[in-house]
Amino acid sequence: MTAVRLRDASIGYGDVAVVQGVDLAVADGEAVAVLGSNGSGKTTLARGLLGLATVLGGEVEVLGAPVGRPRERGRIGYVPQRHTVSGAVPATVREVVGVGRLARLGPFGRPRPADRAAVQDAVAAVGLADRLGDPVASLSGGQQRRVLVARALAAEPELLVMDEPTAGVDAASQDALATVLAGVSATGTTLLVVTHETAALAGVLTRAVVVDHGRIAYDGPLAGAESTHDGHHHPEDTGLPPARGYRQDQPRVTTDGGR
Amino acid sequence: MEVLEYGFMQRALLASLMVGLVAPAVGVFLVQRRLSLLGDGLGHVALTGVAIGVLTSTAPVGTALVAAVLGAVVIELVRARGRTSGDVALAVLFYGGIAGGVVLLSLAPRGQATNLEAYLFGAITTTTTADVAVFGVITVVVLGVVWLLGSRLYAVSDDEEYARAVGLPVLVLNVVLAALVAATVVLSMRVVGLLLISALMIVPSAVAQQLARSFRQTVYLACAIGLLTSVAGTTASYYTGTPSGGTIVLLAIALFLLVTAAVAVREATARRRHRRRAEVHAAHPHEHGDGCGHPAVPHDDHVDYDHDGHLHAPHRTGAGVHYDEHGEHAPPAEQVGRP
Repeated sequence: MTAVRLRDASIGYGDVAVVQGVDLAVADGEAVAVLGSNGSGKTTLARGLLGLATVLGGEVEVLGAPVGRPRERGRIGYVPQRHTVSGAVPATVREVVGVGRLARLGPFGRPRPADRAAVQDAVAAVGLADRLGDPVASLSGGQQRRVLVARALAAEPELLVMDEPTAGVDAASQDALATVLAGVSATGTTLLVVTHETAALAGVLTRAVVVDHGRIAYDGPLAGAESTHDGHHHPEDTGLPPARGYRQDQPRVTTDGGR
Repeated sequence: MEVLEYGFMQRALLASLMVGLVAPAVGVFLVQRRLSLLGDGLGHVALTGVAIGVLTSTAPVGTALVAAVLGAVVIELVRARGRTSGDVALAVLFYGGIAGGVVLLSLAPRGQATNLEAYLFGAITTTTTADVAVFGVITVVVLGVVWLLGSRLYAVSDDEEYARAVGLPVLVLNVVLAALVAATVVLSMRVVGLLLISALMIVPSAVAQQLARSFRQTVYLACAIGLLTSVAGTTASYYTGTPSGGTIVLLAIALFLLVTAAVAVREATARRRHRRRAEVHAAHPHEHGDGCGHPAVPHDDHVDYDHDGHLHAPHRTGAGVHYDEHGEHAPPAEQVGRP
């Protein structure tokens, strides 16, 4: 089956198309990097799949159903590009990650033991098992990003869409993320990672789609994308924090799910 | 107690009990959503409902409920359109609500209960037995919905975009929350008045969120604080002869200031202690080790050093030796070994 299919798709906001005339098919279980410089339209492309940007023309199908139509809940995981989780009111890691499970419960369902176990497993998978009951505000920036990953994993999604998961995250957390994603990918989950930099996740992602000026400029093996991608790389894109030594905390990560 | 001897005070205390419990339970979600002023807006709209009730000689509580819920639904639909003019549309609705209420009330025939002040600032002692019954139904319904949908309302309030992406019914949940706010507004109308309703939804939550560790704790704590200040304020207003609404809100704000100050002092103390220790470390003449003069304390897989009553855990970093603070605990006597 095809996890994602775009046919001559235009996606944007209001009446303005950011992505135009895109054809793309991602098979089940693929691990795809969506590359491109700032303003290229790569994030809009991903948001179009999630129903967060408007499909202005063509067809966009996700997991076999057109975007916007009601579909079976809880099949899509999403990690937004957001640096902190903490809101106005305190919440624990368990509460934030528990939200990831809600979509599977139906309109009034309450979490069962299996749901609580899925939340614990997801938190353990990102190496935060011992922080389950802590307020998210007490976690470092890199740890909070991993909470958002756990929230997406808790749904046990068939398609996982991530927006810049490695931006502004220290090297150790990037390596930890790569390990987590390798595990997720091994279970057959389709990965779609919007990113600037592929180095950290090179071992996981196999295919690259380079978006440039709202169109697909390259679609093929990740290794072949670097030159194309770099060719359109603007100097201002490197305004990311240095990856190494960015944070001093050394996260402990268990790859066996902490069990 | 003297205050309980009068029927009107019994009804007043019952009403304040329900308001104190319900308003924060709904308000926490507004704070999380950064929509603290929604209650104020719906209070304005409710005034038009009150006026229509007075003009048509129907119970103002019922018409206010209808107006506030309609206003709530309109606001969510405008917000869902996502236009930048949404903010202005809300303002227009709010001002229209209060202006409509004032004008319509002035048209009421003489002899009608058109005491505007009673609706704006509350008149808890005029609560009738029928009002108490309606309030009871509203209380049960609102708390029931929060119990049933609380985690989903939290999800939407916390990260609306994520909720939409994974397929939660965002618009429905937002409309439900707005309707809960509308119901709470009408419930609180008699007790604190339309102008002060938001305070009872927001201030208890503002206190609770400084003390709680989880969202669930915040909700329970906010309800407890709301209940306490509401009943205490109503009782106090009986003895001091002050309006119940203002008394309750001042009490809640006093608690807010007290807790905020206490938390600030606690944080400043912790910062100062940390700075003092940092200075000790900066002026440290030696690296800890055998024979450094500080008692060695075995700790799991490494050795801490008891340094002026706190434990140092040395470890090598790229830049030299770094000392972690290992807890406030004094070293167990039998583990202390002097080299």
